[in-house]
Amino acid sequence: MTAPPATAPAPAPPSARQLSWARRRRALAAFWREFRKDRSGVAGLIFLTVLVILALAAPLLANSRGLSAALSTNPANAGPGWHYPLGTDADGRSVLTELIWGARISLLIGFTATLLCVVIGAVVGIVAGHYGKITDNLLMRVTDWFLVVPFLPLAIVLAKTLGPSLGVIIFVIGITSWPGTARIIRAQAMAVETRPYLERSRALGAGHTHQMIRHVLPNVMPLLLANTILTVAGTILAETTLSFLGLGDPLRPSWGEMLNEAFFTGGGTAGNQIWLIAPGVAIILVVLSFTMVGHALESALDPKLRERR
Amino acid sequence: MTALQAGAGRAAEERFERADSRPTGLLRSLAVKVGSALLTLLFVLVFNFFLFRVLPANPAKNLTRSNALTAAQLAEVNKTFGLGRPLPSQFWNYLVQTLHGNLGRSFLNQEPVSTLIGSRLWPTILLVGTSTVLSTIIGVWIGIRGAWHRGSPFDRTSTAVCNTLYAMPDFWLGMVFLIAFASKIAIFPTAGMHNPDGGGAGLAGTGDLLWHLALPCLVLTLVYLAEYSLIMRSSLLDELNADYLTTARAKGLRDVMVRRRHAVPNALLPTITLIMLNLGFVISGAITTETVFSWPGLGQLSFIALNAPDYPVLEGAFLLFSAAVIIANLIADVLLTVFDPRVRVA
Repeated sequence: MTAPPATAPAPAPPSARQLSWARRRRALAAFWREFRKDRSGVAGLIFLTVLVILALAAPLLANSRGLSAALSTNPANAGPGWHYPLGTDADGRSVLTELIWGARISLLIGFTATLLCVVIGAVVGIVAGHYGKITDNLLMRVTDWFLVVPFLPLAIVLAKTLGPSLGVIIFVIGITSWPGTARIIRAQAMAVETRPYLERSRALGAGHTHQMIRHVLPNVMPLLLANTILTVAGTILAETTLSFLGLGDPLRPSWGEMLNEAFFTGGGTAGNQIWLIAPGVAIILVVLSFTMVGHALESALDPKLRERR
Repeated sequence: MTALQAGAGRAAEERFERADSRPTGLLRSLAVKVGSALLTLLFVLVFNFFLFRVLPANPAKNLTRSNALTAAQLAEVNKTFGLGRPLPSQFWNYLVQTLHGNLGRSFLNQEPVSTLIGSRLWPTILLVGTSTVLSTIIGVWIGIRGAWHRGSPFDRTSTAVCNTLYAMPDFWLGMVFLIAFASKIAIFPTAGMHNPDGGGAGLAGTGDLLWHLALPCLVLTLVYLAEYSLIMRSSLLDELNADYLTTARAKGLRDVMVRRRHAVPNALLPTITLIMLNLGFVISGAITTETVFSWPGLGQLSFIALNAPDYPVLEGAFLLFSAAVIIANLIADVLLTVFDPRVRVA
């Protein structure tokens, strides 16, 4: 947190609310100044903004009829041409159309799985850090279990037994990715728990929920935010891997599924190689952007990390 | 969750816990660690049991490969796996069978799962082992050099390259290599572990094996070393401002000695631990890379089982992978406890 809350001086004509908003604006401006210093972080942010706009505008950019193999009239596995700038796949569909529509699925899964993972991680972390003792012990055993059991084999058996669909993929990635978040948040929550303002709030009769939501959560929020951005990078990679192995939703092809088809039909290795290269490059750029933005956020929030860059 | 983040969380927490924990005996600490590893393993078994035997509507169908099971066959399957009995009794049966190494039979060729896994263990160990050793050595070296000369062209280039490699799906890198080196300039084989003729005997056979190993091993090494060098770099950067380094310099030690004798050993410990804790990440890489290069190991076995689907093999592979990671974690933990008294926390 850039500014510790509840330290605003009392003698002031403006109301407490105005004061706190002014403080938040100042903190945000200071934060943005710090963030802007990290050029790769800014570049990542710009790229991601453009990509999200492209993904949202997919219906305007590329006709979704182009995703249907039955409607395709293009030659199969063709190199770049006027109607298909990145060539075609084994069914004669334009690779560019698939790429634009795939961005929607990859980002959708990345964001929702991250949301799931961050919510579980934050709740477990804060609750464990707040209650301590047995609760903490039990929750951390569960966390450790998920941390120790290897991600991909676990995700494979879960996804396979639950069946291929968008919801299952999101659930599987979310449920296997939260332990790291939980541990980071717990460590921070434990540090927050020892602060005097929590003692004060307890003395004034605040309940557990109030303490956790009004005092602990706002203080772990910045860390949670940076962690969330970094987690998106991980979930997009996880989605790619699972879809490549054939666990994705066949009706809603993501970039990972494009890679799966490009490789296993042989079209991407022997025919139109752009079909195989393009989704990979897209994934690298997205994951790299999220990582850069996440690191820039982290170092803007934590002065100790700044000197590393 | 990426291993880097998990590692950061663990490190942050350890630092926090160290402050308020009282040191306890080495033995007690070890006993706790072994106990918790066994417990984790037990939970994997429980999880497996529920996922494959309890959750599916018709577990008998999952345990045999058949869409049309006659009543007699169904009864037979139910009897073998004790599916009609109460849950605790089923679980006990499952536990005993598993501990005896009886993991069922594959749907695809009716071979026992344990035999199948056993025959594919060596290729995976060879591939993963070679690339882990190579990537650890190279990654640690890059990390040390980058951190020690922070901000230098070497540091900036290596960090950028490692971040890019880290953002890359490993199997995609494999496929690109396959296109580039195995089909465009055909200097490496595209699949398998030996030539179709068996690769010959003696030295020729070894050469053939290494030739087949080169590409998958290169892919895994590049992907792993990206992570390891980033870990080593940040771990060494954490040490750079430590007082003992100032002391060492004040004594008049040369820069090389300060680095080699003082900074690196302290930074190496958490790095090596993290590398061992990362076996889960290593296994994920093995599954996809073996698939791309048709390397006849456990990863490819899992992929084949996944697409068949061959549930007993999938279940067995998951069990083995988990057990391997849990044991590696335990070893890392024990080594760390022995070498670093600061973490002896019960």
